[in-house]
Amino acid sequence: MSENKLDTKNAIEVRDLNFFYGKFQGLRNVTMDIAERKVTAFIGPSGCGKSTLLRTLNRMYSLYPGQRAEGEINFYGQNILDPGQDLNLLRARIGMVFQKPTPFPMTIYDNIAFGVRLYEKLSSSEMDDRVEWALTKAALWTEVKDKLGQNGLSLSGGQQQRLCIARSVAVKPSVLLLDEPTSALDPISTGKVEELVHELKADYTIAIVTHNMQQAARCSDYTAYMYLGELVEFGETEQIFFKPNKTATEDYITGRFG
Amino acid sequence: MKMNQQLYLKRRITSLLGLAFSMTAMAIGLAVLLWILYVLFSNGLSALDSHLLTSDTPAPGTEGGGLRNAIVGSLMIVGLTVLVATPVGILAGIYLTEYGDESKTAELTRFVTDIMLSAPSIVLGLFVYAIAVATVGNFSGYAGSLALSLIAVPVIMRTTENMLRLVPGSLREAAFALGAPRWKVSTFITLRAAKSGVMTGLLLAVARISGETAPLLFTALNNQFFSTNMGAPMANLPVVIFQFAMSPYDNWVRLAWAGALLITFTVLVLNILARVFFREKVSA
Repeated sequence: MSENKLDTKNAIEVRDLNFFYGKFQGLRNVTMDIAERKVTAFIGPSGCGKSTLLRTLNRMYSLYPGQRAEGEINFYGQNILDPGQDLNLLRARIGMVFQKPTPFPMTIYDNIAFGVRLYEKLSSSEMDDRVEWALTKAALWTEVKDKLGQNGLSLSGGQQQRLCIARSVAVKPSVLLLDEPTSALDPISTGKVEELVHELKADYTIAIVTHNMQQAARCSDYTAYMYLGELVEFGETEQIFFKPNKTATEDYITGRFG
Repeated sequence: MKMNQQLYLKRRITSLLGLAFSMTAMAIGLAVLLWILYVLFSNGLSALDSHLLTSDTPAPGTEGGGLRNAIVGSLMIVGLTVLVATPVGILAGIYLTEYGDESKTAELTRFVTDIMLSAPSIVLGLFVYAIAVATVGNFSGYAGSLALSLIAVPVIMRTTENMLRLVPGSLREAAFALGAPRWKVSTFITLRAAKSGVMTGLLLAVARISGETAPLLFTALNNQFFSTNMGAPMANLPVVIFQFAMSPYDNWVRLAWAGALLITFTVLVLNILARVFFREKVSA
């Protein structure tokens, strides 16, 4: 394996990525691969740029004038940083789940159907099937099947987050970006979400940002350790956690950092 | 701990003084409000009878009469205003938060809106008189609605903007992350999340315009007879109150009080409704 590049089939290849919040540089020369149907974890202290990196992958930063990225991000061979890139289509193919649950102010059913309706025309029975499928994928179906007409906000925090995952899964993207998806959840809900990540990787490429080292070790195949906007070390999770090449990585993982 | 007794005493006195001042200010405000309501009720209640809603405004020198034409006229003028001002105000509010944000156009719009919010309503009335009455040659209900719209649009626009700003950015991002286009995010997600706040703004705007007199004086004018033709002069409560209250006829003066009571009651109900809506939003 050459520096930060994988020999696997890759969904996303990041090359010499630099990112700027106005004048402040948030990412420096990041080069890495995100393997297809694997879980890639981003770890590092707050402000290290891991969320920033995640937000470049679906061009979320483009919502904010003043933020810009330089370099290349190839998504199955196509550079998504290209100014001609259709952002809506890109985001339909690269889904994202956020730190805090963000159910839409509508029924549980419509929360799921909203995204599906954007790009697919389904009959109502097909839509019913899709909603059930997505909720089942997110391990939420049995809990909500009798109250699909209730407002999404009426669910508990852990359920809301699984609803958000179901919502992202429902549009059948090829990549799922998870930005600290369990940081607002209790241990039981966290466990459920982690199991989910494990199951979802059969069909989806997953990138997850986490502050929880055990979580990265438990559910990822590859791990990237970032610090001050740079990618310090990247490789197979086992290697990063047991035989890191750099002392900086080892210090962080063993808690000797700072 | 060694306490400085003198310092503590001084602080307590300051605190008591502050409390006393604010209580007095509150009492004065409340007393004036209650006084207004008392005068309104003691004069208006006597004029409330079955004819109020069934008879039209009486001719000079005739007995009895009611406010039917003025009530219907006011409802129609305010109704049309709501129909016009609501979409314009809400869409402009959406533009300001979701599209314009920091752009020069949005900044200019905000600046102009602020001026419109504090513009004397008589100026707006005069403006509409010049463009929609003098040019056409007659007063009309339409002109009245236009003048009221000029007052309502900035209010609705500003509250819509403020309410949309309260919607967390994460909700917007979540919708964008599904690949939703901007117009869909603003109408289906953001506006829906701010629904009760926007409704509150709408009700407050209606409350504000239902008592406006100056803009209607030169636009809708008044009409002694029952009329639902908005292309012609139209009776309406504020102008009827203005004319009748200063008249020498006892029954006219009584009707003016009844009208004032009606308007106050409507505004009160609208404000209470607005509060109920807003409370729902907070608890949700």
